[in-house]
Amino acid sequence: MRSVWALAATAALSLLAFSTMTLAAEPKQGGILRIYHRDSPANASILEGATYSVNVPFMGVFNNLVIYDQHIAQNSPDTLRPELAESWSWSSDNKKLTFKLRQGVKWHDGKPFTSADVKCTFDLLMGKSQQKLRQNPRKAWYSEVNDVTPNGDFEVSFDLKRPQPSLLAMLASGYTPIYPCHVSPADMRTHPIGTGPYKFVEFKANESIKLTRNPDYWKKGLPYLDGIEYTIIPNRSTAILAFVAGKFDMTFPTHITIPLLKDIKSQAPNAVCVVEPTNVSTNIIVNSSSPPFDNIDIRRAMSLALDRKAFIDILFEGQADIGGTMLPPPQGIWGMPKDKLETIPGYGPDVNANREEAKKLMQKAGYGPDKHLAVKVSTRNLAEYRDPAVILIDQLKSIYIDGELDVVETANWFPKVARKDYMLGLNLTGNSVDDPDQSFYENYSCGSERNYTNYCNKEIEKLFDVQSQEIDINKRKQLVWDIDKKLQEDVARPIIFHARAGTCWQPYVKGITIMSNSSYNGFRYEDVWLDK
Amino acid sequence: MFAYLVRRLFLMLVTLFGISVVIFFLLRIVPGNIVDILFAAAGYVDPADKVDLEKQLGIDQPLVMQYLHWIGGLLHGDLGYSYVSEKPALQEILPRIPITARLAGLALLFSASIGIPLGVLSAVKQGTRLDYALRVVSLSGLSLPSFWLGLLILTAAVAMFGEIPIFNPNPRTWLEAFATYAVPAAAVGFRSAALTMRITRSSMLEVLRQDYIRTARAKGASDAAVNYHHALKNAILPVITVIGIEAAFLIGGLIVTETVFNIPGVARFLVEAIRWRDYPIVQNLVMLIAVVVVSANFVVDMLYAVFDPRIRYTD
Repeated sequence: MRSVWALAATAALSLLAFSTMTLAAEPKQGGILRIYHRDSPANASILEGATYSVNVPFMGVFNNLVIYDQHIAQNSPDTLRPELAESWSWSSDNKKLTFKLRQGVKWHDGKPFTSADVKCTFDLLMGKSQQKLRQNPRKAWYSEVNDVTPNGDFEVSFDLKRPQPSLLAMLASGYTPIYPCHVSPADMRTHPIGTGPYKFVEFKANESIKLTRNPDYWKKGLPYLDGIEYTIIPNRSTAILAFVAGKFDMTFPTHITIPLLKDIKSQAPNAVCVVEPTNVSTNIIVNSSSPPFDNIDIRRAMSLALDRKAFIDILFEGQADIGGTMLPPPQGIWGMPKDKLETIPGYGPDVNANREEAKKLMQKAGYGPDKHLAVKVSTRNLAEYRDPAVILIDQLKSIYIDGELDVVETANWFPKVARKDYMLGLNLTGNSVDDPDQSFYENYSCGSERNYTNYCNKEIEKLFDVQSQEIDINKRKQLVWDIDKKLQEDVARPIIFHARAGTCWQPYVKGITIMSNSSYNGFRYEDVWLDK
Repeated sequence: MFAYLVRRLFLMLVTLFGISVVIFFLLRIVPGNIVDILFAAAGYVDPADKVDLEKQLGIDQPLVMQYLHWIGGLLHGDLGYSYVSEKPALQEILPRIPITARLAGLALLFSASIGIPLGVLSAVKQGTRLDYALRVVSLSGLSLPSFWLGLLILTAAVAMFGEIPIFNPNPRTWLEAFATYAVPAAAVGFRSAALTMRITRSSMLEVLRQDYIRTARAKGASDAAVNYHHALKNAILPVITVIGIEAAFLIGGLIVTETVFNIPGVARFLVEAIRWRDYPIVQNLVMLIAVVVVSANFVVDMLYAVFDPRIRYTD
């Protein structure tokens, strides 16, 4: 009899616990999510922005045609979800992508959303419209798009010059919101109007950005929050102390360095913190158009001298990744597997053996213990650039290269690099989508504005096009790996490491997912809620 | 006196004109402009797009034309538009002035109200333990950088009270409102207070050795009357000079303090504007600071006459 009572009591307790868990998991409406922002963005226009400082606060104002699933950390072709488009289909020749658009969606000013808005957005991006964006940093993404054609109010087609399956990836980026036709680009910079879960309230430069709940959001019942407030705190110490003191519900995404993460965990042990790759690679840019780096032997020697693990141990306490151009797996979709990566000269585990080989190459080029090569290592005057540059200089000493740090102010960095007014530089390259088309064409194609090293290999360029048109994802991966391997062997832009960074939030904040292969796509926050 | 005032005002105008020229041209000597920075942030440089944007902003014009355009606008009360926010510069600057003014005012008040009495006390109690203690405090005030002191205060507040006294735009109580300004004002004013204390002490020591002080004591005047009525009144002139100079230098300290305490004032805004090469904001803000400094100097000169009847400004 006693055992029956015990069983009944256990069952009752289990039921109670289960119901409590269910209740706890039920999203609650209301509350303002308070986040600190790392800096004051230039304006509110995502299409003109080139930093996630714009995406993070303003992505919630908009919708895309398609979007990466906001609760799956890894962006991939399998995690594409419809948003303003209800569905999409490719033509049989894969040169036409047609979207069926959602009906009944309204802009925040009450006007209806139609296919004309989609056309206006992409005409702006392709530079075809009368109105111009003040800056258009991602025009090249749409170089294979001939035209965007509305078919009635709720269907739109993208006509391509050739098949490009990656187009969907770029459309799903946080960088590709749909803008309204009836609002000028200038107004979108100061008072953006979107169809998204949050309406823009105000943006006070250097102070705050405020968003409020869109009560007419087309996803019924969402968003859960009443609004989001971003307080701009450029001083990292102040911002982190304020988070620890409970002034903020969340840190700025991927803003916490690995050493600082320890401080937060010790001062706010209840905080939930995650570390993810940012898909930003730290790499070396080499001016191969003038001596001494026009000599491939010297470039190869430099690449062989890198002790990538040492960079990661010093800067990230071991928490970063070694890879090629594409973010390495498991978080990266397209990165080379480890066994393939280690076949590339300089990627093998025996650093001393690599450096011996590097010394031989340097001696072949006429340098040695008695004749060192003096170079200036230029980099941007930001800690994330300067710190690895100092380590690089130290490592190059081992192969008779004496580096001198040349710190360049931000305003002059890219003009200097574009003029090829440098010998050796340390650069950071961020990828807004984990996709080879975005990375290869932008950074390695002949004549690209961001191909700072002037690397130009027509054979490789042909392969860029081949992979870009490949529909089968597994075949495409093999092509991408081969290209990436060749780029590293050619010392086109030696990749040192792929960074990781942390994000923390208070335990009552629910529904946050930090993307693991992009820092630009996960800030819609429509189903984030506060368990208070 | 009237002719002197007119002459001083004329000199002020000439100084401000000189400053405007220097600010304008120095700003353009600094490498890079807003377009370079916008394009650098995007990581690409398309010469055609750059030229278009420079034309839109008017920075492709000859420098003299740009200067005349700015000064002409300034005389009509038109400060131009911020390149970054695209809002009128006046609209961007005005709301920030009271914030910095309150902070600077409180810092100066802190400096004078702490520095002068403690300086007097230190001088009167010369050679005592209290004097030594006060001298250590003043030395530490001069040695501690305000950003470090600010961070120390913030860290201590979080560790001890679980609260952080950074700027709160919507304080709920008057105490919260006061703390918003008082804590950073103390952080930035500590250095000025230390300097004021040292100057007051040395000036007082000099005066306290004068014959008329001995005479006052011989006539039976109380210590308070001697120290504050006879001595301090005569020792105050160098202190006023120092406070005047400190008022001008305060803006430098405020840049750091506004950053550490996240106060959206003029000083931090100026640094951001310089970072973006937002010429209309930088030029107008620096002019504003120049007007404040020139005026503060003018006020200090006038105060000399108030505190020391022997000083008379004649034609």
